[in-house]
Amino acid sequence: MSQKEKESRKRDESGDPTPESEVPAGAQERAKKVQEEADDILDKIDEVLEKNAASFVKSFIQKGGQ
Amino acid sequence: MHRRIMGLESEYGFLFTNTGDRIFPPERALEYLFQGIMQNSWSRDAFLPNGGRIYQDTGSHPEYSTPECDRVRDVVIHDKAGEQILSRAVEAVTHQLEAEGIDGHLYVLKNNTDSAGNSYGCHENYLIDRNVTFWRLSRTLIPFFVSRQILSGAGGLVRMADESVRFVISPRSLHIREKISCSTTSSRPIINTRDEPHSDPQKYRRLHIIVGDSNMSEISDFLKVGTTALVLEVIEGGGLHDRMSLEDPIRAIREISEDPTLSVRVRLESGQELTALEIQEAYLEACRDFFHKEGTTPAVRDMLDLWEKILTDLAHWDEEVLGREIDWVIKWRLLSRYRDRRHGSWEDPALAMLDYQYHDVHEKKGLYNLLRVSGCVDRIAGDSEILSAMEKPPQTTRARLRGAHIREAMEHHRSYTVDWTYMRLNDPPQETLHWADPFNAAEIP
Repeated sequence: MSQKEKESRKRDESGDPTPESEVPAGAQERAKKVQEEADDILDKIDEVLEKNAASFVKSFIQKGGQ
Repeated sequence: MHRRIMGLESEYGFLFTNTGDRIFPPERALEYLFQGIMQNSWSRDAFLPNGGRIYQDTGSHPEYSTPECDRVRDVVIHDKAGEQILSRAVEAVTHQLEAEGIDGHLYVLKNNTDSAGNSYGCHENYLIDRNVTFWRLSRTLIPFFVSRQILSGAGGLVRMADESVRFVISPRSLHIREKISCSTTSSRPIINTRDEPHSDPQKYRRLHIIVGDSNMSEISDFLKVGTTALVLEVIEGGGLHDRMSLEDPIRAIREISEDPTLSVRVRLESGQELTALEIQEAYLEACRDFFHKEGTTPAVRDMLDLWEKILTDLAHWDEEVLGREIDWVIKWRLLSRYRDRRHGSWEDPALAMLDYQYHDVHEKKGLYNLLRVSGCVDRIAGDSEILSAMEKPPQTTRARLRGAHIREAMEHHRSYTVDWTYMRLNDPPQETLHWADPFNAAEIP
């Protein structure tokens, strides 16, 4: 299972309100929405983040400035 | 609030990685970048038609200086316009390299640290009253600058001596070694004594501040300059004093940076111990009192309210709200979520990459830009204002004159020499225009 699939499954599980829950429905909805937005942005970051992180970090050396 | 000339200079990180068989030196890529900004010119130091200046600084960094602004909001708009100018230039160079069959990637980052422990800066400039004693001014300002990072720190991951990695509020703070000095590259001070007012030196001096981080968040940028301008006006007006002087400001700035929980207390000369939040609250209160007595304007009220709102959010640690507003919390949230998703640790190179890429000026690759386009951050400036500022100077300072004359000279293919205070047209009759007063935006007959 890829990392992404794992994450989306986790999201479904945590997003399902349980009947016993005492948290008001509105707050739950809101929390769910926030979580979905956060996952969405992390997915977008995954798409554009440089894949060669280790070599980029090693080569990102600047002469000191002011 | 009286008018004040202000501006920001940002040194950008620059990297070109050659991925193909054809060798192309980074030095040439930097040349292409400058040409992407000033076409038909191989100069690496140029004033632009928007009144700003782009040049190659110490250590081969591209550096952008905003034109003279007299409103805090304009400083933010022109700082963002500088980012856009570089972003467009990166795109132009990328196309050019493709056309020439050169494989490689060009990165321009608006940040302040590299992976080898070097730092390059964001320099703030404020024109101040020559009559204020510099000693009193500096002593009063130091605790303010030591604690200001909780509003305008860029946030970032730092590798410590034992190879562990930790999150700090302001990466730049860890490169500050002195309270006051004229040094800029070896032993960086909180307050730099460089004093080139580019105006009447009898009336004004220039306050040059190199302690702050470069900001991507418009709100952090606005607070960085706005709160400083408010505090300066109070000091010039005889208010505030040095009762908050710190026992060891260099240690304090580091301790505050290294504590994202905001609970660390730093010791004052009086023996009292305060958090960064408490120090900032004291400055805010002094500013509120001063402007309440001296009279306020909507712009001042907005700045004071925003300052208070962010301090309150920080005190209650409203991460959800702050995570849309100020750089270090936006980044803290991104990094910690991404770390959890990967089940990794701060040492994961992907997190260092995320940290750097947050500052990439590229419209699509830059992660702050990605958040901006996705509507995940709150803003100060409008896109149309930023686009306009790439071409048009502020209309209320002498930058208006500089910009207009540069544009005219370029349109007529005239040779000229230009600096902050004058412009000389090199063809006979070699007319020279002088702009000694930065507050004057009208042509002198």
